[in-house]
Formats: sequence, structure tokens, C-alpha cells
Amino acid sequence: MSKTDLTRRVSRRGVIKTGAIAGAGLALPTIFTSGARAFTNEPTGGTVTLGFNVPQSGAYADEGADELRAYQLAVEHLNGEGDGGMLNTFSSKVLEGNGILGKKVGFVTGDTQTKSDAARASAKSMIEKDGAVMITGGSSSGVAVAVQGLCQEAGVIFMAGLTHSNDTTGKDKKANGFRHFFNAYMSGAALAPVLAARYGADRKAYHLTADYTWGWTQEESIAAATEALGWETVNKVRTPLGAGDFSSYITPVLQTDADVLILNHYGGDMVNSLTNAVQFGLRDKMVNGKQFEIVVPLFSRLMARGAGENIKGILGSTNWHWSLSDEGSQAFVKSFGTKYGFPPSQAAHTCYVQSLLYADAVARAGSFNPCAVVEALEGFEFDGLGNGPTLYRAEDHQCFKDVLVVRGKENPTSEFDLLEVVEITPAAQVTYPVDHPMFAGGALGDCNAG
Amino acid sequence: METILLQLLNGLDKGSAYALIALGLTLIFGTLGVVNFAHGAIFMIGAFCAVTLSRIFSISFETVDPTKLDFLGNPAKIKTPYVEAWFGADAGAWMIDWAVPLAILFSIPIMIAVGWAMERGLIKHFYKRPHADQILVTFGLAIVLQEIIKYFYGANPISTPAPDAFRGSFDFGAALGFDPNVIIYPYWRLIYFGFAAVVIGAVFSFLRFTTFGMVVRAGMADRETVGLLGINIDRKFTIMFGLAAAVAGMAGVMYAPILSPNYHMGMDFLVLSFVVVVVGGMGSLPGAVAAGFLLGILESFSSMNEIKSIIPGIDQIIIYVVAIIILLTRPRGLMGKKGVMED
Repeated sequence: MSKTDLTRRVSRRGVIKTGAIAGAGLALPTIFTSGARAFTNEPTGGTVTLGFNVPQSGAYADEGADELRAYQLAVEHLNGEGDGGMLNTFSSKVLEGNGILGKKVGFVTGDTQTKSDAARASAKSMIEKDGAVMITGGSSSGVAVAVQGLCQEAGVIFMAGLTHSNDTTGKDKKANGFRHFFNAYMSGAALAPVLAARYGADRKAYHLTADYTWGWTQEESIAAATEALGWETVNKVRTPLGAGDFSSYITPVLQTDADVLILNHYGGDMVNSLTNAVQFGLRDKMVNGKQFEIVVPLFSRLMARGAGENIKGILGSTNWHWSLSDEGSQAFVKSFGTKYGFPPSQAAHTCYVQSLLYADAVARAGSFNPCAVVEALEGFEFDGLGNGPTLYRAEDHQCFKDVLVVRGKENPTSEFDLLEVVEITPAAQVTYPVDHPMFAGGALGDCNAG
Repeated sequence: METILLQLLNGLDKGSAYALIALGLTLIFGTLGVVNFAHGAIFMIGAFCAVTLSRIFSISFETVDPTKLDFLGNPAKIKTPYVEAWFGADAGAWMIDWAVPLAILFSIPIMIAVGWAMERGLIKHFYKRPHADQILVTFGLAIVLQEIIKYFYGANPISTPAPDAFRGSFDFGAALGFDPNVIIYPYWRLIYFGFAAVVIGAVFSFLRFTTFGMVVRAGMADRETVGLLGINIDRKFTIMFGLAAAVAGMAGVMYAPILSPNYHMGMDFLVLSFVVVVVGGMGSLPGAVAAGFLLGILESFSSMNEIKSIIPGIDQIIIYVVAIIILLTRPRGLMGKKGVMED
């Protein structure tokens, strides 16, 4: 073969042509696929996959386990198994117990480990590998904000689990994300009048605050709400997450003229700081002629067990409690209690409700397309899910509903009977304008369908 | 003045826990030459001995009370602890109330057995391996032990209160002539400090005044020569591993009312205890105890608002800052011995 033949056969133009044809050929299936796929993970078979991203390891694993129980119950009810739970009391009647839009509901689970990076990785895996069309769950605001951002980028819906920071539907809100759980502002708005009524308007408060997004927004919310009713904030001290022994943060309280200690702590930190505060005799102390009081603005029954008797008489707020007597709550408690043998937590409740709300929105929209789901959820008003009449506000994707003020029960009748509801604060009292300064800084943006 | 006294007291009980864990770590390192990162997990298992005994005493039988309803509206099942049925209501209630102090006796054989199993089953195979290998394997063991505890007891902290007789606080302020209710300190923390002092004294006396202790100390100084004298030093060192585990376990039992036990509480103490050992001087028992109290007190003082307002975040780094300063000025630590960890 001569050199000229070789040049003719492998010319530059030939290589480019061949490359272009080969490239187009390789790209062809992708072009067809993307043209056929209207949105991320559009369900094409008889099943739709939901992604339950909960803490299965780490300090909040017990709360994550309860969330998972609730999700499994929701899937059963959506697929027409069991007694139907809250589907029977839900004001919207489009769900018929035949899955979602006739597709059987399946699920995959991920472990958030209550770490933002791990939670994003597990959510990403469920979206990319398992084809999850919606991600839900979690027990931390840091995780919720991180996963919400990921879902926005990926073009799937995020139905937040337990997240109480104002930022989730404030500066970090996203069009694809929705929160049913209440927030720190609402805790402050519900708690402050009860605190003022019981402890008086002339009080001096000392805050101990977990040093991360949730703690900061809760401290800001509670301080603002109590100051508006006449209380003075003596000091705000930030404590490291997982500090263990809080005695060195508690003892300085003794040196001040504060007569109320507000513990902006959750989980193990709440258990330890409250236990330490009681051990140091704060609850037996008289200051300024008044009985010293301790307040835990966000209560969790699961966590309260760790504090034992120290929880008795302590005021706080919660999103929901199993002792509520409304039809929806009772239906959920019956389903959950019969299946698992104990009453559900507030984390389980919010996760169960979020699953139903998503399924209902898909059914009403007639599509799994995230933008259609967003449209169906925005401004949606519903009832029968345990919190009274509720609005999913269109402007920030936050649910507005009644908030419970609770107190550690003095004479519990069982190991679950730790909190008693002292007041149900109406939704109107905890509703705030969309442009409230505590929620400023972010934009919802446009929905992303992938 | 009141603030300083309070933080000093705070530092003493925190330092007591550091000192007890560091003492065990140093015993193991000094005798067996093993860097044991599973020692914090032993402290945690000790705390769960208190939880376990409390639960054993609370094992109950159920009787249906038709006059009361459970959360589902069914007739409530009333639980009665077996100990109350067997020994009478008062004696049974006393046993449940005193579960934590009684758990010290319960924990000693368990912790010695755990220590023995760890040493014979795993750690002895790593005696001649580099310290990095020992750290890796013992750290892995700590994680396995944590996960086992989490599997059986869950991830949430478990309330384990002190006996009713020791609840409440002692008013040092009133006793010392200051204002009342300003310098108050929980009784149980005072007991913890006293307990730590007794255990530390007992370990030192055991090593100082018994033949066994003398052989162990000789072995720590020159293992080969002691072996050449026909003494089975390995066996004695295994016993020391069990003793170190019992010390850490008892420290954990007594700490349970101070900090509701959870599966990762050992890790929280482990890192700081290692700093304590290094600052005290590798292999030095008095150094470990002195550094434990020193760093506990410094950590407590650094949490004062007056200090944090000048240097924010100092409470989180004070121990490491002090460790750096001491190691720069005294590379072997406060009471470190020449030749230890220097090969």
C-alpha cells in the first residue's frame, strides 16, 4: 500500500465525517429519550417509587425509625391495604386506595445520618439509581435545607420531614420543596402568650442555644416573641452541638438575675441540658421574688423520654400529639398503634401526612410532573389530617395550621404519656406575612421538572 | 469569686471522669504497650450496665385494669415490677431507686469479662504491630461496640437517675458565707468526685503496696527482665487490662445520672482522654490523673461568659491549645517518662 493510498483512505475530512456520524449515532438514543421524558424519573411502568430519606444511624436514628414506620403505613394505605388511616378523614377524596394514579406505590430508603453531605448523597442515589420521583423525610433543618436544594436541582419534589428552622421555608425555600411541620416563629408566637399568662410579663430570660441554623432561628423567634410581651432577654449563649455535659453553661445562669432559662436545644442536647439544669437546682430556685422556670420551645416525645422526670411541668410546643381527639388524629393513632403497638411521634405524623399530601396533589393534578404537583399543592386548603384546617401557602410552601403548646405531664399513666396539651393555638395567631424579616433573603424561584 | 468557685467545682467532676478514663488508658498502654481507642466504649458499656440493671429491676408482669384505658381505648395493662412482687413494694422500690449504686457491683465482673474478652480475643494479636494498626483495630472495635449497644438500646439518651436520697443540690454559698442559691452543686456530682478519688487511690495503692502491683510496675519498667525471672508477665498484664476496664466501667456507671447514657458517649470522652494521657505523659499514672483534673478545670473556666466574650469559641479549643503549649515546652508531657513512645 502506497503512502498516497493511505492518505486517501485516512484523510482528515474522512475522520471528521466518520466521527460526526458515529457521534450522532451514539447521541441518537439520548435525544429520543430526553424528548420522550417529560420530567425527571417519569414513572412508565405499573409502579411509582418514592424515596424515604430518614436518619437510620446517628443520634436521631430512633426518630428516623418512627418516620420510616409512618411512611410504610402511608404506602400501605395508599395501596389500599390496612384500615386506610387518615385517608378516611382527609377532606380531599381523590385518593381511592389504588396507589397513585393507578400505579402501585413502592419505595426506597436512604440514611441521612443527620449529616448534610450523607443526606444529599443518599437522596441523589435514590433519584438517579432508583428512579424516585419524590424525596421526603429527615430530622434536621441542616439536612432539610441541603436535600431541598438537591431536589430543586434534580427536578423532583421534596416533602420535608421534621425541620423547624425558619430558613427551610425562609431564606432557603425552594419551589420544589414543601414543609408541613411548623417552624420556630410559630413556636414563639404560640408559646409567648402562654408563658406571659402563666409566668407574668415581667420576666428575665437567659437563652442557651444550639449553635446551628435551627438554634439561631429559634432563639431569634422566641426572644422576639417574649420581648414583645414585656420580657427582657438577659443573655444569649451559644452551645456547641453535642456538648454532652452542659454544667459549665448552666452554672453561669446562677450568677445572673435571670428567672427563666430557655433551652433552644433538641434531641440529646435537650435531654442533657434540661437534666443538668434540674440537677443544679434551677427549678427550686427563687429569683426576683419569683419561681425560676425552664422552657423547652420545641418538644419531642421520643426525646423527652431521655429526660425522665425532669420534663415534668416544663412548657414547650409541638406540631402534633397522639392524644388529640380529632377524627384524623384518632384514625392515625389507631392505624399506627395497632400495627406497631405504641402511639406515633410528631415526626411520624408529619411524614405520614406529607406522603398523603403528595399523593393527593399528584392525583388532583393528574400527573407526576413536579411542576403540576407544585401547582396542586400551592394554596391547597385541607382538613382531617390532625391539625385542623390547614393551608399550604403558595408564596413560601409552608403549612399554616394550629400549634400545640404542651407541658411535661406531672402524673403520666404510661411510658408514652409524657406530654399534655395545655393550649391549641389557632393558625391565625401563628401566621406571619410572607415578607416577615425572619424569613427574608431567599426566593422560591421556578419549579424544576428536570 | 462565686463564679470561680462554681467553675472549679464543675471542673472537678468533669476532670474526675477524664482522670478515671485516662488512668485506664495509661494502665493499658504502660503494661501492654497498646494504644486502646476502644477504652471510651468501655466507659460507655459501664454506663449501660447501670441502664441494664435498672431495666432488670423494672422487668414487670402485666395485669389488666378494666377501669383504665390505654391509648387505643382498650383496657389498660398495668405493669408491676417482679422485684416489688417478690420482695415487697418498699424493698422493690428501693432496689429500683438504688439501681445505679448497685450497678457498680453488677458492672465489675461484667467489665472484667469484657476487658478479658477484648484482650484475649483481639488486642493480644496486635501487641507486636505498629501503634497505627492498634489504633485502627481498637477504633473499629469501639464502633462495633457502639453499634451493638445502639441495636439493643436505641439511639436516644436513656434517663438513669440517681437515688432519690442524692437528688438535689448542696448550697456551698450558704455554707461559705456567700449569698444562698448562688454556689449550688448537685449532690451526685460531689459523690462522683469522691468516688473518683477513692478509685484512683485504690488503684495507686494496689500498684504500690501489693506484690502483684510491684511485679506489674517492674514489668512496665522492664518487661524482658521480669520475664527472664520466670514470672508470667503476660498473664498479669491481661489482668491489668481487666482492671483498667473495670475502672472505666465503674466511671461510666457512676456517670449515668450526670449524663443520660447514649451509645456514642464514649467517643465524646475518648478523644479528650487521649489528650489527657498525652499531656500527662505517656505511661505516667500520676500524670494522667493530674492532667485529667487540670484539663477538666480549664475546660470549665473557658466556658465562662466573661472569657468567651473575649475569645469566642475558646471553650471548644482550650484543651488542645493547652496540649500544644505543654508539648512544646515539655515534649514528654507533664510527668512523662524517658523512652516511652520515643522508639
